Amino acid sequence: MLELKNISFNVDQEGQDKEIIRNISLTLPDGQLTVITGPNGGGKSTLARLIAGIEKPASGQILWNGQDITGWSVTDRAKAGIAFAFQQPVRFKGIQVIDLIRLAAGKTVTVADACQYLSRVGLCARDYIDREVNASLSGGELKRIEIATVLARSAALTIFDEPEAGIDLWSFQNLIEVFEDMRARIAGSSILIISHQERILNIADEVVVLKDGQVAAQGPKDEILPELIGTSSAIPECRINMEGGVNHDEA
Amino acid sequence: MMKLDEIQKRLLREVADLHEVPEGAYNIRSNGASAGRQSTANIEIVPKTDVSGLEIRIKPGTKRESVHIPVVMTESGLTEVVYNDFYIGDGSDVTIIAGCGIDNCGNQDSQHDGIHRFFVGKNARIRYVEKHYGSGDGKGKRILNPVTEVYQEEGSSVEMEMVQIKGVDDTTRTTKAELAANAKLVVRERLMTHGQQNAISIYEVSLNGEGASADVVSRSVARDDSYQKFDAKLVGNAACNGHTECDSIIMDHGRILAVPGLEANNVDAALVHEAAIGKIAGDQIIKLMTLGLTEQEAEEQIVNGFLK
Repeated sequence: MLELKNISFNVDQEGQDKEIIRNISLTLPDGQLTVITGPNGGGKSTLARLIAGIEKPASGQILWNGQDITGWSVTDRAKAGIAFAFQQPVRFKGIQVIDLIRLAAGKTVTVADACQYLSRVGLCARDYIDREVNASLSGGELKRIEIATVLARSAALTIFDEPEAGIDLWSFQNLIEVFEDMRARIAGSSILIISHQERILNIADEVVVLKDGQVAAQGPKDEILPELIGTSSAIPECRINMEGGVNHDEA
Repeated sequence: MMKLDEIQKRLLREVADLHEVPEGAYNIRSNGASAGRQSTANIEIVPKTDVSGLEIRIKPGTKRESVHIPVVMTESGLTEVVYNDFYIGDGSDVTIIAGCGIDNCGNQDSQHDGIHRFFVGKNARIRYVEKHYGSGDGKGKRILNPVTEVYQEEGSSVEMEMVQIKGVDDTTRTTKAELAANAKLVVRERLMTHGQQNAISIYEVSLNGEGASADVVSRSVARDDSYQKFDAKLVGNAACNGHTECDSIIMDHGRILAVPGLEANNVDAALVHEAAIGKIAGDQIIKLMTLGLTEQEAEEQIVNGFLK
């Protein structure tokens, strides 16, 4: 279980301290799929990075299974079972897809096993396993490889920062299947997704709406979703692509 | 064959991937003398009489054969200059594995300067691999100054892989090539320097014939207080294509100087130089840390991948 207690985070903006996250408290129970949504600039990605340890909060506490991990490094959190899929995946010259999957799995992975992770994200494994994770890959290919590396981690908590961003030709349904498949494979694991996509919101157990660095609404999907979509003051990003297409603006 | 001790065997493994006596033609030079030599029906290796070194003659049409000419040095204070000439017959297709390993446990400098000349016949293809490796914890320096000259006749193809990853204190590598019509040269250099090391790599490639092409790419990492200079000059004297690239990572207090040199003497010469030097991107390290690697492990993976 992950608990955020009174988390705040500031950035320096033209000499002024700007509060990006304001005193957020949130609990992610085991086995729950939580989607955090809300307008751009609302602090969603920052919150995800705070949980992964990439950013450190100005104040507040982060507890993982009861243990205070606020001061822990990215590495220690990863080792404790927190995985993170980047919104904009990183490229590496010379490092091959199989290398990344092996590093992610943290053990010897056969080529056949590695291929399975790639197949699950809709990539023909044979064509990709030896490819370098460099500029020769398209944004969409890179994004799927990013998701494959996170799958290989089989972590207790997996955070996806806008997984739909940059997914080009791959049908959206596959992405949904990946999340459902993950829940089935890693019993009790929790998934946290930062997303604007209605179809991703639809598979959530719980939806959190983040606005101006604060929790504007939180509750079961069935309660929150109608509010988001039905009102004129709803968050416009959530209404984009109602047919489940891809929001290229976010790529 | 002369018996090699364990250090010599280890150096052979590092520079030539040799675990035992190689198949095909070979000459193993150890501490200034030949420790074993074999010619084959198509590849003749004979020692030079005027200076130290070998003449390697490959008959025209020789296919899928290899020549190993590794050098190992384990005596401190040894300095040698070796001249090896390769005559590669028309239409042949061979692999040549050179390389030098120095283990210096003493206080005097050990130095090997290999001067290699390649005379590549019409439509011949060669793949040339040269690895450098140094070890030993003596105060004496391990110095390697290879000079490679390549003369390519029409339609010939030369692929060179130059690798120096560890342990060589001081090196100046000079490579000159002259290409006739439709000849092709591909060079892949991988270099890592550390400690107080210096590595200078100089290329001068003249594209003299129509349709000649050269692609010289260096990937390097400079760590600690080491210094590298990559000086690549292409001269286009005909309708030709040339590309050089220096792609480098600097770490710690490493320093790198990349000097582009393009000289076009023909209106149809197309020459390109690219250079990029920078430290490891922070997001690369963070990504690997989210996979459970420490910062140091992440750096190692990034460097290893980059030089792979």
